[in-house]
Amino acid sequence: MSQRIPAVEIPSRELKHNAHDALQDRQLRGNMRKAMDSLMAKRLASMPDDFEREHLREMGNHVRARALSQLPDLLERLETNLTRNGVKVHWAETVDEANAIVLSIIRAHEARQVIKGKSMVSEEMDMNHVLEAEGIEALESDMGEYIIQLDHEKPTHIIMPAIHKNAKQVASLFHDKLGEAYTEDVDQLIQTGRRVLRQKFFEADIGVSGVNFAVAETGTLLLVENEGNGRMSTTVPPVHIAVTGIEKVVENLRDVVPLLSLLTRSALGQGITTYVNMISGPRKSDELDGPREVHLVLLDNGRSQAFADGELRQTLNCIRCGACMNHCPVYTRIGGQAYGTVYPGPIGKIISPHLMGLENTPDHPSASSLCGACGEVCPVKIPIPALLRRLREENVKSPDDPHKVMRGQGSKYSASERLLWKGWRLLNTSPLAYRAFGLLATRLRGLTPNQLGPWTQHHSAPKPAARSLHELAREHLEGK
Amino acid sequence: MSDLFYDAAPNATRVAPPLPTPRQYPAHKPANVYLFGTCVLDLFFPEAGMDAIRLLEREGIRVHFPQAQSCCGQPAYTSGYTDEAREVARAQLALFEQDWPLVVPSGSCAGMVRHHYAELFKDEPETLARARALAERTFELAEFLLYICKVEFQDQGAPTRIALHTSCSARREMNTHLHGRALLAQLTGVERVDHDHESECCGFGGTFSVRMPDISGAMVADKTRALRESGAAQVISADCGCLLNINGAFEKQNAALRGQHLASFLWQRTGGGR
Repeated sequence: MSQRIPAVEIPSRELKHNAHDALQDRQLRGNMRKAMDSLMAKRLASMPDDFEREHLREMGNHVRARALSQLPDLLERLETNLTRNGVKVHWAETVDEANAIVLSIIRAHEARQVIKGKSMVSEEMDMNHVLEAEGIEALESDMGEYIIQLDHEKPTHIIMPAIHKNAKQVASLFHDKLGEAYTEDVDQLIQTGRRVLRQKFFEADIGVSGVNFAVAETGTLLLVENEGNGRMSTTVPPVHIAVTGIEKVVENLRDVVPLLSLLTRSALGQGITTYVNMISGPRKSDELDGPREVHLVLLDNGRSQAFADGELRQTLNCIRCGACMNHCPVYTRIGGQAYGTVYPGPIGKIISPHLMGLENTPDHPSASSLCGACGEVCPVKIPIPALLRRLREENVKSPDDPHKVMRGQGSKYSASERLLWKGWRLLNTSPLAYRAFGLLATRLRGLTPNQLGPWTQHHSAPKPAARSLHELAREHLEGK
Repeated sequence: MSDLFYDAAPNATRVAPPLPTPRQYPAHKPANVYLFGTCVLDLFFPEAGMDAIRLLEREGIRVHFPQAQSCCGQPAYTSGYTDEAREVARAQLALFEQDWPLVVPSGSCAGMVRHHYAELFKDEPETLARARALAERTFELAEFLLYICKVEFQDQGAPTRIALHTSCSARREMNTHLHGRALLAQLTGVERVDHDHESECCGFGGTFSVRMPDISGAMVADKTRALRESGAAQVISADCGCLLNINGAFEKQNAALRGQHLASFLWQRTGGGR
């Protein structure tokens, strides 16, 4: 594991191209469909009662909306209470600042080995590669993350990073990279991972983790997980660095109750995770274990841009359960890596434009049929389809629109497309023009071309009827 | 479970408000209704619009079809061209001024009027009031037949098996996903079969189908395969957008199966066209 892992370029501008390739990958399609079907069924089985589920979602939405309504105050209270508990709080506006903070802590301890619990914010920071470039080993300890790190891949899902792989593929990977005897027995594969990682927990100088909820009132960092690697990462090494986005703060511990219930059920259909870590500071003088230092890095990275707009702010309600992905017909077909963004799927399409700018995610808002499956299951009721539509609006704004909402707005501006829609407006606001168009389309239906651009890749060309409903209805209702 | 949280310390936002109640319907059939034909239906499925008119007329309702109507505005709205959508919506708004129900034989166009017109006119108080009033009396055809006309169909057709594709807007925006089923269940000779991943989108999504043809194509390929494998002799849907997509794909695949609008199927099965 000491070899340098090459950084993977983020090809987020290439969503269409990536999707095209992913759709040809039958193995991927099969793996994803099977996994997503199972996750959807598990979620529903864990929330079978419509009344209860919908009330809980409503509550989750209200808790998050309330937290965001007082976000600056809550963050200050969080810092005050964490500091009182002995946690060092750092603020980072960009991922570069966040990496610099992490590196400075690592250097202060002359650390060589970092063990990581699962953290999507560390993926935002591309922390593994930044540390590797400085000669520091950063090893993922979540089994899924470990698998994709071995294969030099990016997570395909925010909860289950290796969900696109089946047991056979993992068996080959462990055989090739770790020199293990080939086995498709999942228990044995997991034992292999555990054996390798167990030693690393004891060797590591620093443990890095994410945060699920940061509780302002008590200065507590909540971390849920099923493998115990989160607890190991945050308690065994002498120094623990938690990294998280500024939106993860909630007011008090009572607020965590509905959110935790929503998170674990929406994600995996679990009533609760095997481990719920509540980290409230470093080892105290009379304690025998725990880290001697705990740091929290609070990262903005474009979140305050979303926060500034009342509608787009709802993006920050997200508690990162992944249910929107599991239910998304697009994600299910192309998998997470095709998005080329740290966060894939529906939530990725609405948050990545804030993290990376619309200029780097120009096709993301359009890669949705707006079917609404994501919004239907979101545990905190983010109106994802409405936000996708809003981002499309920002995307086609004129570059000289004085109303600046977000980075990269107007990235899909096209004078010719705008002209087309203006023509469409004229047609549909002028009864005379619409009638003439209807007459032309129906009378000249024989001239309908057989090739209609992208449409006829998968469909035959549609042929207008011989007479429009306008004509038929006029004849029928008005006798003329 | 959620009851547990009602005991938490007093805090207005901690107690979830009551869930929206199911839609309340007028107790009596109106004498007049407007029909909003929708642009896709107008050119590609006009007979479905005529069958909707005939079904309503058979219920003793006078149907009004303002000739100046065109499109609800949805294509521009979902593409992000909000100003263009607003002007087209405004033109429609002016056509339905009588206090009659607006019946729409499409879940997505009904959803546009019922849920998104208010968003379009949020900064124009007077227009907003009119848009809200229209939204209140906008009904998808299936819910109108079932809950306002309270139809009781006598099936006169030969025994057949059908699959029902419900549009995402009908399912998630209009909450009318069970209405089509209920109407079809009245037809004694019709057996409705489930198809694989029935609740999943057919991949149309308006301009999505041409902006992202690969993804949309993969979705409609899966949908049409599921419909073919369902054993149904016919596919029924209450949305012409989905029908355009599904039928276009069937035709490209040289499949024998076709989709038909719910209104046409209901009319034909219950003595219409004789």
